[in-house]
Amino acid sequence: MRHDYIDRYARCDSPVHRLPAALKLGVAFTLVVSTAAVPISVTPYFVACALFLVFAMIAAKLPAVFVAVRLLALEPVAAGVALLSLMQHDGLSVLVRVLVKSNICLLAMVLLSNTTPFADILGVLRRLRFPPLLITVLALMYRYVFLLIDQSERMARARKSRTFSPRRGKRWKTAAGIVGHLFIRSTERAERIYAAMTARGWR
Amino acid sequence: MHIPDGFLDLKTAAATGVLSAAALGVSLRRLNGSLPRRKVPLMGLAGAFVFAAQMVNFPVAGGTSGHLIGGVLVAALLGPAAGVVVISAVLIIQSLLFTDGGIVALGANVFNMGVIGSAGGYAIYRGTRLLFRSESGRLLALMVAAWGSTVIAAACCAGELAWSGTVAWTLAFPAMTDLHMLIAVGEAVISALVFAAIAAARPDIVAEDPASAPVHEGRDLFQYGALIAIGIFLFISPFASPWPDGLESVASRLGFASAAVARPLVPSPFGGYTIPGIGSPVAATVIAGLAGTCVVFAGGLVLARVLTRRSPR
Repeated sequence: MRHDYIDRYARCDSPVHRLPAALKLGVAFTLVVSTAAVPISVTPYFVACALFLVFAMIAAKLPAVFVAVRLLALEPVAAGVALLSLMQHDGLSVLVRVLVKSNICLLAMVLLSNTTPFADILGVLRRLRFPPLLITVLALMYRYVFLLIDQSERMARARKSRTFSPRRGKRWKTAAGIVGHLFIRSTERAERIYAAMTARGWR
Repeated sequence: MHIPDGFLDLKTAAATGVLSAAALGVSLRRLNGSLPRRKVPLMGLAGAFVFAAQMVNFPVAGGTSGHLIGGVLVAALLGPAAGVVVISAVLIIQSLLFTDGGIVALGANVFNMGVIGSAGGYAIYRGTRLLFRSESGRLLALMVAAWGSTVIAAACCAGELAWSGTVAWTLAFPAMTDLHMLIAVGEAVISALVFAAIAAARPDIVAEDPASAPVHEGRDLFQYGALIAIGIFLFISPFASPWPDGLESVASRLGFASAAVARPLVPSPFGGYTIPGIGSPVAATVIAGLAGTCVVFAGGLVLARVLTRRSPR
């Protein structure tokens, strides 16, 4: 499994990791919503948020480089909108607003997902009476997403080592073949999972 | 098209959140009533599939590549209610773990990609299917649906950004929609190729069984359609009027008033001029969209014929 790096630090141990998941989810959600609501002119609020999050990051013993890389991953998305906002009259102030707000929200989410195992987040959502079917789908998805990504990469590697066609149309067709077979394998895996779940007394 | 946090204001987030929650509620109630228990694991795996499928690159030009978005494909394979739930689950996981799309913006992202991209696309798929009932008509309907729903979702996304005061409509609408008209062509072709690949290997998965056709489909599509119509009314129609509305005239007056202190840093490619005979970049984009629909229809007709001829039956 190569893709566990996404929430690599979720199962570490620190004072922040030991806090109840409901508290961390509540704080992160409140922070994200209030950041959307507070106007950018209230500078103390944003400074306080940033300081609080950096403090939480240090208390959680998360490497700053790892967090910074996760934050940078967003910037291409922001750049597109930033470019557009620069073309209008109040462009610079919009740009500052969007960058400050999006980075604070993003930092909060990176900290949440790297201090709280996803199963615990789902547990909180279940207690909040989220629809059970949605919770089940999310749990299954989290369990199998890394597996399927690995599988698709293995298929792509096998294709790469066997085909040498430079023609784009041909490459689209083989890539579509990989995706198609990924779906077929997913449905077959789902049937096996259902059998295994029923054998263990699911519902 | 994933909107991060910080780009939408609370009013837009709340409106999209209510619409998305309603659509998700409709879908979950339908699935709770009609989904066989043995299909529940498939829902989770379909979500994981969409995620993994987005990692497979389709080379475009000059080292860039595109990937499947998947909303219409999932809806065509599993039905519109499953499509909404699966795409919503993908977006929830992306926002919680991959920081791809925001939490406050989740409602907007679910509305654009789940409700319009999946259920709305499915409505276009069924509508086109009524006119073209053959095997190749199925692929054509899939392509038209993938194209149309992606473009409408992009226009809605632009409307949400404009309503939040982040990017002006006259910039956001042409930029988002023009870009996604190209992306949507890729999405249409990839969806059709993948569907044809599944049909060739496992015809039973894609078989249309009239006996098991969903009974309430018409009512479901009406409910999704009503929610999408409310969304378009809220996010797009305020800007679509040919006369400048209150917001725009205030903005332009403020713009004139403060032009000396706050000039745009980068001159807009659309701002200073109008296309002769058309008027504005917004109108040009609308016309391009109509022309694009015709082109996709014609191209889709050809590609659908080619793909169904090749696949062994």
